[in-house]
Amino acid sequence: MSGTVQLIAGCAIVTFLIKAAGPVALGGRDLPIAFRSVIMVLAPALFAALVVTQTLTEGKHIAIGPQTAGVAAGALVAWRTGSIVGCVVAAAVVTALLRAL
Amino acid sequence: MLDEALPRSAPEGVGIGRAGLLAGVRAGFPFAIAACILSISFGVVAQDIGMSKAAAIIMSTIVFAGSAQFAAVAIVGGGGAIGAAIVAAALMNSRFLAMSIALAPSLPGGPLWRALQGQTTVDASWAIASRGDGTFDRALLFGSTAIQYVFWVGGTVIGAFGGGALGDTDRFGLDAVYPAFFAGLLIQELHDRRSRFVAGAGGLIALVLVPIAPAGVPILAASLAALAGLTRQARADTAAMLRKEHGS
Repeated sequence: MSGTVQLIAGCAIVTFLIKAAGPVALGGRDLPIAFRSVIMVLAPALFAALVVTQTLTEGKHIAIGPQTAGVAAGALVAWRTGSIVGCVVAAAVVTALLRAL
Repeated sequence: MLDEALPRSAPEGVGIGRAGLLAGVRAGFPFAIAACILSISFGVVAQDIGMSKAAAIIMSTIVFAGSAQFAAVAIVGGGGAIGAAIVAAALMNSRFLAMSIALAPSLPGGPLWRALQGQTTVDASWAIASRGDGTFDRALLFGSTAIQYVFWVGGTVIGAFGGGALGDTDRFGLDAVYPAFFAGLLIQELHDRRSRFVAGAGGLIALVLVPIAPAGVPILAASLAALAGLTRQARADTAAMLRKEHGS
């Protein structure tokens, strides 16, 4: 049981420190344009990495599955209609249908 | 000249309005639903590896990081050491380092208050709060995280007590919800050559690292693609955008 306490406390502490690091180190002051320029393109870099790792991999392997097709369908909806909600719904429905087959 | 300091985007003393928080709650609601389903399965999985109901609920309440919680519990369940599980959770969360650095200038106040505000960093809220110009809307961030937090903890309670009544939640296609959301946001971001290049590079870095790096690291490493924002042209474009923004 003490193992559980260590596990939870350890995870809570590392998560707190990681999320606090940026605002504590860099918050509350003026930052140069170069910083802002990097942050502006951070979103496409992180979003692309999140999409790739959650749709094209299974553990440590590169793999495709029903969710790959689902997310592709969602992306198509987002591209054609601009709707994020439509994108998410289409992705879930296509993934669920393919799994039901 | 390009590197002249900018006025702070969120000066101290500027409060956050109720309207902004409510807008955040609304924007975060779909992700709260998805988080709820995920955390129901967390409540089930945690008990499968021998955690008590209370421990699963406490973990969701004070850790509040889905992928890290699943990673840590999977390692312990597979017979791994507690230390290894904590390291895996930290690596899984490493992307929040990049996100919280990006948020920093938008969070005012003293160091402790900024550290606490930083705790609201979660993927969907970070994306929702991003204004696309390198600054973030705090009210949207707090509102969308608040609703996701409530549903995350609530879902864990349901999972802990309701057991596996939902069965395998993958059959609902819910594992596609988060990647589809990020894919949709990504498509909105691809408005110029630089963002398309950065997205391609970031995706490639992550894909190449998945087989060789610990889980979570490929995503943090992908943020290196954003260094494309350091080119002379990129800084000039940012400076031009800011001049336009400040109406001068």
